[in-house]
Amino acid sequence: MTDTLLQVDQLTHTYDPDGANPYTAIADLGFTVDRGQFVALVGPSGCGKSTLLRCLAGLQRPSGGSVSIDGAVVDDVPKQLALVFQDYNRSLFPWLTVHDNVDFPLRHLGLDAGERDQRITRSLEQVGLTAHGTKFPWQLSGGMQQRVAIARALAYEPAILLMDEPFASVDAQTRAELEDLLLDVWRQSRSTVLFVTHDIDESVYLADRILVLSGSPGTVIADLDVPLGRPRDQIETKQQEAFVHLRAEVARLIQHAKTGERDRTNQPAR
Amino acid sequence: MAATAATTARAPGTGGRAGTLARAVALRLSMIVAFIVVWQLVTSVIDSFFFPTVTEIAGSFWDIWVAGPEAGQNLSGQFVPSLLRLLGGLGLAAVAGIAGGVAIGRSRTVREYVEPLTEFLRAIPPPALIPLFLVLLGIGDSMKVLMIAFGVVWPILLNTIDGVQSVEQLYLDTGRVYGVTRSERLMRIVLPAAAPKIFAGLRVSLSIAVILMVISEMVATTNGLGFQIIQAQRSFKVLDMWAGIVLLGVLGYLLNTALLAVEGRVLHWHHRTSRRA
Repeated sequence: MTDTLLQVDQLTHTYDPDGANPYTAIADLGFTVDRGQFVALVGPSGCGKSTLLRCLAGLQRPSGGSVSIDGAVVDDVPKQLALVFQDYNRSLFPWLTVHDNVDFPLRHLGLDAGERDQRITRSLEQVGLTAHGTKFPWQLSGGMQQRVAIARALAYEPAILLMDEPFASVDAQTRAELEDLLLDVWRQSRSTVLFVTHDIDESVYLADRILVLSGSPGTVIADLDVPLGRPRDQIETKQQEAFVHLRAEVARLIQHAKTGERDRTNQPAR
Repeated sequence: MAATAATTARAPGTGGRAGTLARAVALRLSMIVAFIVVWQLVTSVIDSFFFPTVTEIAGSFWDIWVAGPEAGQNLSGQFVPSLLRLLGGLGLAAVAGIAGGVAIGRSRTVREYVEPLTEFLRAIPPPALIPLFLVLLGIGDSMKVLMIAFGVVWPILLNTIDGVQSVEQLYLDTGRVYGVTRSERLMRIVLPAAAPKIFAGLRVSLSIAVILMVISEMVATTNGLGFQIIQAQRSFKVLDMWAGIVLLGVLGYLLNTALLAVEGRVLHWHHRTSRRA
C-alpha cells in the first residue's frame, strides 16, 4: 500500500530575484514521499536544505513549483505538518514548562481538555519525560530539551514530521540515544518523517530512502533505497556490508556534488 | 549539561545557600546600622540646626507619620495623594508605553520614522514642561499625573520597542509552524519574550516617577510629600522636613522592592536562564 503523501514538484526558490545579487538556493527540485516512509535528505553544506524545509513548512513562499500534501497544494502553513528545529534552545519557549510547551500547538487544534491532556501525557511518555512535565526547558540537558521538542511535534499528530538536523547540536552518545528513540517513536506512531542531516551515517542508519542533494542551487541528484532490515541496532546494523557500501556511495555522491560546485564557481563568469 | 552541573553544585547544602543569604543580609544591615551610628555621633558633636540627630529625626518621623495625634491625617492628607499620583502616572505610562511600543515595534519602517521624534521628546527634561502643563491643566492632580506619565513613559516605550523587535525569529517560526494566529502571537510569544526588557524599562521609570512626583508637588500644590517637605523647610521646621525626606526614602525603597518581587515572579524563567548563561 504505497500512496504518495508529499509531492514536491519543480520547486525553485530565488532570494532577492530583482536585486543586485539574486541567489538561487534550490532549482527544479522534485521528489515524492510515501505515507509512513522515513526519508533522509543529505547534501553538501549550502545545498539549500533550509530553504527547502522553509518552503515545505509554509514559512517561505517558493518562487516556482509546488508542494502538495495529500494531493492538496500547500500555500500557507499546513496543519498536517510539524517541524523540529536544530536549535531546540531557541525553539522551546523558556517561559513555559515542559508540559505547556507540548501543549502550545494543541490550543489551535480545537481539542477538548481531555484529549489535549491525553496527547500530552502520551507524547511525553513516548520520549521518556513523564517525570519532567513541570520542569522548565532550561532545567534539562540538551538531549532532553530536544526530546521535549520531539514530544511537542508528536502531540500535534502531524501527517509529516519534518526534522531539520535535529541532533546536530548534541554530543555523540546522546545523538545515538535520540536516533533510536526517534526510530521507536516512528514505529509506534506510523508517521511519515522527512529528516534533513549533514551526517551520512545518520541518514543511512535511520532512513528507508535517502535523497542526495547537489550543491547550490540544490536539486535531487540521487534517490537511494536503504536495503537494511528493521529494527536497527547502533552496533550491529553499522557493521553490515550493505550499511558500509551505502554510506560510501552517499559520501561519494556528496563529494562529487561538492567538486562539481567548485568547478562551477571557479569559472570566471557565470 | 549546565543544568546538571548547577544542581550538583547546589546539592551539598540548601543550608549553605541559606547561610550565604543570611550573610548578605547581615552585611547590608550592618552598613545601615553603621551609617545610622556615624550620623548620630557626628550630629551629636556638631550640634547643627540643619542636621538633627537620628533619634530626633526618628522621633519626629514617628510623631508625624506613625503615632502622633495628627499621623492619620498626615498620612491621608500628604502621603496618600502622593502615592496615588505616582501610581497613576506610572500606570498610565506603562499602558501607553507598552501599547505604543508594541505598535511601533511591529514594523521596522514605523520605528525608523518615529525614532527621531521619541529621541527628541525624551531629551526634554520633564520639569521643564511644568509651566506648560500648569497653563494647560491647572494645578490639579491631572497635571501631576500627566507630568509623571510624560516623564517616565520613554524608558518603557523604548524598551518595549526594542524587546518586541528582538524577539527570536525561531520563536516566531515555531509559532507559525504550529498554527499560531497573528493576534495570539502577541500575547503568547511576543510579550513574554519581550517581558525582560519591558521590566527593565519599568524599573528605570519607577525611580524617575518618584523624583517627578516630588518636583511637581514642590511647584504648585497644597498637599503631598513634596509639598510637606518644602512647606516644613519654609517654616524652619527642619525636623518635619527630615521626616518627609525619610518617608520618601522608605516609599521609594518599598515600591522598588514590590516591583522586583513582581518581576521575580513573572520573569523567574529569565533570571534562571540568564544566570546560567
